[in-house]
Amino acid sequence: MTKFLELCVQGIATGAQYALVALGFVIIYRATGVINFAQAGFVVLGAYLAYDFHITLGVPFYPALALAMLAGALIGVIVEATVLRRLVGQPPFVVIMITIGVLTIIEQIVPTIWGANPLPLGDPWGVKSKKVGDIVLRVSDLWTIGIVFGVVVLFFLFFRYTKFGVAMRATAVDLEAALAQGISVRGVVAVSWAIAGMVAALAGVTLAGGGAGVRPDIELVAFAAFPAIILGGLDSPGGAVVGGLIIGLAQSLTAGYQPEYASWLGQGFNLVMPYFVMIIVLMVRPYGLFGQRQVRRA
Amino acid sequence: MAAQLVPTRRVRRVRAPRTLPRRPADRLKLFRTPTQKLTIVVLLVVYIMLPNLLTDFWLDVLARCGLAAVGAIGLNLLTGYTGQISLGHAFFIGCGAYVAGYFGVQQNLPLAAWLPLAAVIGAVIGAVIGPFALRLRGDYLAIVTVGLLYVGAHIFTNWTSVTGGHAGTATAAPVAIGPIDFNHLHAFGQIYTRRQGMFWLCWGVVAIVALIATNIVRSRPGRAMQAVRDQDVAAEVVGVSLTRYKIGAFAVSSAFAAVAGGLFGVVQQFVNPTDFGGAPGLVLSISYVAMIIIGGIATIRGAVIGAVLVVGLPQVIQHFSEQTHIPFVKSTTGGSGVLSVFALNQIIFGLLIIVFLLFESRGLVALFERARGYFRSWPFSR
Repeated sequence: MTKFLELCVQGIATGAQYALVALGFVIIYRATGVINFAQAGFVVLGAYLAYDFHITLGVPFYPALALAMLAGALIGVIVEATVLRRLVGQPPFVVIMITIGVLTIIEQIVPTIWGANPLPLGDPWGVKSKKVGDIVLRVSDLWTIGIVFGVVVLFFLFFRYTKFGVAMRATAVDLEAALAQGISVRGVVAVSWAIAGMVAALAGVTLAGGGAGVRPDIELVAFAAFPAIILGGLDSPGGAVVGGLIIGLAQSLTAGYQPEYASWLGQGFNLVMPYFVMIIVLMVRPYGLFGQRQVRRA
Repeated sequence: MAAQLVPTRRVRRVRAPRTLPRRPADRLKLFRTPTQKLTIVVLLVVYIMLPNLLTDFWLDVLARCGLAAVGAIGLNLLTGYTGQISLGHAFFIGCGAYVAGYFGVQQNLPLAAWLPLAAVIGAVIGAVIGPFALRLRGDYLAIVTVGLLYVGAHIFTNWTSVTGGHAGTATAAPVAIGPIDFNHLHAFGQIYTRRQGMFWLCWGVVAIVALIATNIVRSRPGRAMQAVRDQDVAAEVVGVSLTRYKIGAFAVSSAFAAVAGGLFGVVQQFVNPTDFGGAPGLVLSISYVAMIIIGGIATIRGAVIGAVLVVGLPQVIQHFSEQTHIPFVKSTTGGSGVLSVFALNQIIFGLLIIVFLLFESRGLVALFERARGYFRSWPFSR
């Protein structure tokens, strides 16, 4: 039972990180219909920027985190304004490939500036752990869960109760109708990219925290969030959170029990488990658990 | 939701080339014009002569371009002609390489057996994956095919009897057709190196695959595939079976990919899961998509040109950087400069994708055609 609970907390922490990355994808997808592969690049950049603000410039950790999120927002806006704005109305294939092009470039800028070796993030969580009854919990996991849920709640309040949040939802439902109502769609798109950049930076920091260090392959973890997005449905922020948690839990429970009970599935099965969950769900619901079913006409 | 793949942004007045035959039936001919026949002859001469002129290093690069061209033609049938986005191409390439390793090296089957077997196995796996494309579309399909890479990596590392697991496996399968062994060619009293043989083998396969692909796209299945790409609901209404052509496109495309993978195994001689699985696999898949974008979507020649450029250009830059100094680039580890040659190549690669999609989404082939049209209609061109 102790093991089960520990695995659950770890799973929820991992899932919270996935949820954060997935949220970034979903916000952009809702506003613009773009799957932004460069999101993984934003995650890595965010972590490195936090490192620069905190270690190189000596800003205290939490202000440095806020600065990194602002910088992430700026990067998102810049990418949107320079590249993606030219692509309105292009087929998905073209847009996906362009964001992959952007990702390829970010991928090379990072090691060119910071090198390929892991750097210590210097976060206050470190490798400390805490004992609750019999259960040993990592402090960084608890902080990750706390921060992520705080951000998610803020995000939903923003969507629900602010004027701009309503404008964003209106744009997601019907772009032309929103334009006709006087909503600045361009502004909505820019803010969506900014929010995506912010949550990406936050995700990057939580991924690099807890003694893991800032390293270029944080990007791979960001790719591992794909099943979470698909699971929840590309256009559902709530789905992204639920999908992230399901994937995180599935992964951590598989890592904990599969070597013991189903070793025939092979080594490292926990790493592919998310994809199996994704494929099974998609076979039943092609638009994810909460995704909107698209009506197609010839 | 239009499943349009090739955007038609700029409308140009197009003058019909003078050489285009009047009768529709003639337009379906394999070789339409005298120029095309001449091109084939020239290419044949180049194919035979080139290994005598180039060094082994460049022959190796060109052989790799050739095997990439085989895979790119396959992907172009799927993505360019049928409109199904796949980022899982590397998985099928991997399957082909392991077929070369298992049936070629471990079972010691001859080339005439293992290479077709690679195609068949690739086609079967492709047909198993194909139904996903019936259920999913666009963005969802792209991400699910990414999942295929990770599942593939898991299989490649764990099925040790076939793949050798993490350590990898030898894939230098036999490459003899009857008395002609591409490893040790000899003719007219000349003995040729392995690299020369590999060039002839790979580009020979390119010719066969290009011929098959051309025949597919200029006949009924090709027209059906393009109808599915342009408007799949409309295609179904006029009687094109989506099941048949989507799964068929996946099968043919994966068969070609597996052949490319088999050739990769032979050229590389040794493969392990990091060649095709997970994140490196995603990079490989992306480079195949880049080939068809840069070369020209929905053209066979475009796939070949794109493959030569995407595989060849980094080698040319690498070579060039060793000869002369490129500003800001360090050619050796520990040398001065901020950017490694690898990073430079990746950045150029990313920029090429972006620039082509933004400014010439039909690729190099369209650029050539426009230049040709310009000179042909001179002095009235604009």
